[in-house]
Amino acid sequence: MSATSHAHHDEAGQAPLVGSLGVDSRKLGLWAFIGSETLFFTALITTHLIFYARTKAELTASGMFAHLDPKHFLGINLTSVLAAILLASSLTMVLALAASKAKEWQKFRFWLLATIILGSSFVLGQAYEFTHLYEEGLKLAPQFVFEGETVKSLFGVTFFTMTGFHGLHVTLGVVWLIAVYFKVRKFAASPENPMDVELVGLYWHFVDLVWVAIFTLIYLI
Amino acid sequence: MAIAEHKLTSVSPATAYSGSFPWRTWLATVDHKKIGIIYIVSAFVFFLLGGIEAMLMRVQLGTPNNTFLSADVYNQLFTMHATTMIFLMIMPMNVGIGNYVVPLMIGARDMAFPRLNAMSIWLFLGGGLLLYMSFLTGGAPNGGWFAYAPLTQVQYSPTAGMDYWILGLGLTGIASIAGALNFIVTVLNMRAPGMSINRMPLFVWMNLVVSFLIIFAFPTFTVGSIELLFDRQFGGAFFNPAQGGDAMRWQHLFWFFGHPEVYILILPVMGMISEILPVFSRKPIFGYSFVAFSGVGIGFLGFIVWAHHMFGVGMGPMANAFFAAASMVIAIPTGVKIFNWIATMWAGDVRLTTAMLYAIGFISMFIIGGISGITLASPPIDLQQTDSYYVVAHLHYVLFGGSILGLFAGGYYWFPKMTGRMLNERIGKIQFWIMLISFNVTFFPMHFVGTEGMPRRIYTYEAGMGWDMWNFVETVGSFFLAFSILVFIYNVIISLRSGEVASNDPWDAATLEWTIPSPPPSYNFLHIPVVNSRRPLWDAKYPHAAGDDHHGESSAPSLVRYEYTDEDTAGAKEIHMPSLTFSPMILSGGLTIAALGFIYINKDILGLPTRMAALGFILIGIVMVSVAIRGWIVDSRKDSPYLGQHH
Repeated sequence: MSATSHAHHDEAGQAPLVGSLGVDSRKLGLWAFIGSETLFFTALITTHLIFYARTKAELTASGMFAHLDPKHFLGINLTSVLAAILLASSLTMVLALAASKAKEWQKFRFWLLATIILGSSFVLGQAYEFTHLYEEGLKLAPQFVFEGETVKSLFGVTFFTMTGFHGLHVTLGVVWLIAVYFKVRKFAASPENPMDVELVGLYWHFVDLVWVAIFTLIYLI
Repeated sequence: MAIAEHKLTSVSPATAYSGSFPWRTWLATVDHKKIGIIYIVSAFVFFLLGGIEAMLMRVQLGTPNNTFLSADVYNQLFTMHATTMIFLMIMPMNVGIGNYVVPLMIGARDMAFPRLNAMSIWLFLGGGLLLYMSFLTGGAPNGGWFAYAPLTQVQYSPTAGMDYWILGLGLTGIASIAGALNFIVTVLNMRAPGMSINRMPLFVWMNLVVSFLIIFAFPTFTVGSIELLFDRQFGGAFFNPAQGGDAMRWQHLFWFFGHPEVYILILPVMGMISEILPVFSRKPIFGYSFVAFSGVGIGFLGFIVWAHHMFGVGMGPMANAFFAAASMVIAIPTGVKIFNWIATMWAGDVRLTTAMLYAIGFISMFIIGGISGITLASPPIDLQQTDSYYVVAHLHYVLFGGSILGLFAGGYYWFPKMTGRMLNERIGKIQFWIMLISFNVTFFPMHFVGTEGMPRRIYTYEAGMGWDMWNFVETVGSFFLAFSILVFIYNVIISLRSGEVASNDPWDAATLEWTIPSPPPSYNFLHIPVVNSRRPLWDAKYPHAAGDDHHGESSAPSLVRYEYTDEDTAGAKEIHMPSLTFSPMILSGGLTIAALGFIYINKDILGLPTRMAALGFILIGIVMVSVAIRGWIVDSRKDSPYLGQHH
């Protein structure tokens, strides 16, 4: 992308986009972006936790919490499977990157396709979960009905906002993976492919990591 | 010395602004210099709009019980005045000058991501235009620039104004984050050989610090405004206490962004001052490392003081004490900078050019604003002064007396580099004195009326409160302030037409941007310079004084305008610069149109047709974004350094 890099890339062994810091510019930019995204999800997750603590305190005071624990809405079984799927996709992503670095394109396509399928399964699973929760009464509204009783709580609002934005990030990641898949298929011999794969991998692992945080804080604790 | 390699001989007239306007090379540009100029010009237009809003408010407040403006219009004006000046004027003006100058200062040919850079400018413009569209579609935002909940909830702000505010600033926020990522990578990764981190000009340093502030501060604002949008559009209640929400949550999310934001506004300007003072004092900056690291310190501390904006809401003594102490600590790195600037001028051969006058004006006014800032950092005093005109005085001393005077310093300093013409110094000095005096006449009395209890954001007041005389004085001052802006515009116009032609290095300066023609060619440097010190150009011009702290009287600056020779530019043909592309603009346009759709997607205006139109806008936006992404990939492959390297 840089013009100056032309001056450098004849020097022995240097990759064309490596700059004065010794890192590929796109990779450096993506790391900074991930730093920014960390704050984005921190704000969403803390919003959820603050309101969750409040709901818990209020419902415990009125003796309803054990009965109306928001976790009852969230099938831990389904989300555990989703978590396993997403973690597995990180593994297949690592294998895809290794294959691309070894220039084993057949293998690479297999593992990248596996990542795409696992990622899409997560998105579909989340869509199913959202539909299910909505039908049970959890809405993007400050109160919801559970087993015939109206509960005043922002749980639905903060939950859907937080997990929705995570799901959006996974979806964009799947789109990016598909784009890389086709790009590599078209330009199999291009030396820039390993970096393309590394970049999408970096993003993908970050999105997985966010899920680990969300899963732990909302479903486990 | 690589920078002396250039054979700079022939003379030709300024070409940058003659002839017809080559619109395509501007609208599809990825050149950091052109993008910088688009930023600067649009920020200046927004400056005028924000200034007009301020003047209308001053007319209204000039006399008691005035009926010139209604309360509602006044609310819209103060909201839009602040939003404009912060997000559409000072920030993009900093970014624009940074865009132009930073790559030149570090010896680069462009930003790290030229197409992303183009996206940032168009997205910023889209967001700004969206905000201003609200005036035509039923009312501008009217909840104040920090948009406190629950005032911004739909039942208290029923017009679409706040939705325009959320989405308009959302777009400029994406532009800012993208721009900041670009600056980080550019500064870290595009430096010329020898330009190590501790040789970077201080303006580059401050841009790096500010870019980190932007990427860490903006996300919480984004989350806050998304949550506010959900409240307003989809029945969310995040910030609505009546339904279990929490208004304080908005304040925390907003000020966690909002306080770093004020350093985002001031630090680049401090960087400019740190470049200008040494050049016109004929001395290197005093305590380079202290100035650089105190900037880093201000940036870091800026993240742990946000709640000092919230003393008035009653957070309890522990929180108040912590945030008061942290806020006062910021006085230390700020004071370090001020003492370093003064020490830089001390015993130097000070040349009082217009840029230097503005730089000194910056220091003086910023000290006044800093001192009133320290008083506000103390909770007992703050409780007396919060939401009064004392705060208005403070923030204008740091943002106008600080940022804007500093931006004028930078403007006068780099104008010759950007346009190839000098701004008229005589008019400039007259303009400086009118501005400095009228600024103080306008804003200093606000300390008085503030301590006498005049609340901010009131559209009128009763006679006999003891505020009448000073308010009238402020209004008179504001007219002279507006006049000084007109003088500046006059100066720009006559200087562009018939100003003195600028040489490469009209100020006898020290940094790399002055080694190349004014204005620079698209590729900036024919040969990437090799840097051996913090002031490469001074060391090349005054080898006997290299490493010395004092450069003595300057030789008369050359008045000849240098161009590369044909022989030189023949070599330049081999420099590959990124191709023109419309994709970033289409992408930004698509996002802006989709944002407009989002404003009306759940509004009960005219029922179904509005929603269908809104949905249509969103779909058109998505299509445009998709088309643009594809075009972006295709265009970027044209410039891929990997092409032709297939093994």
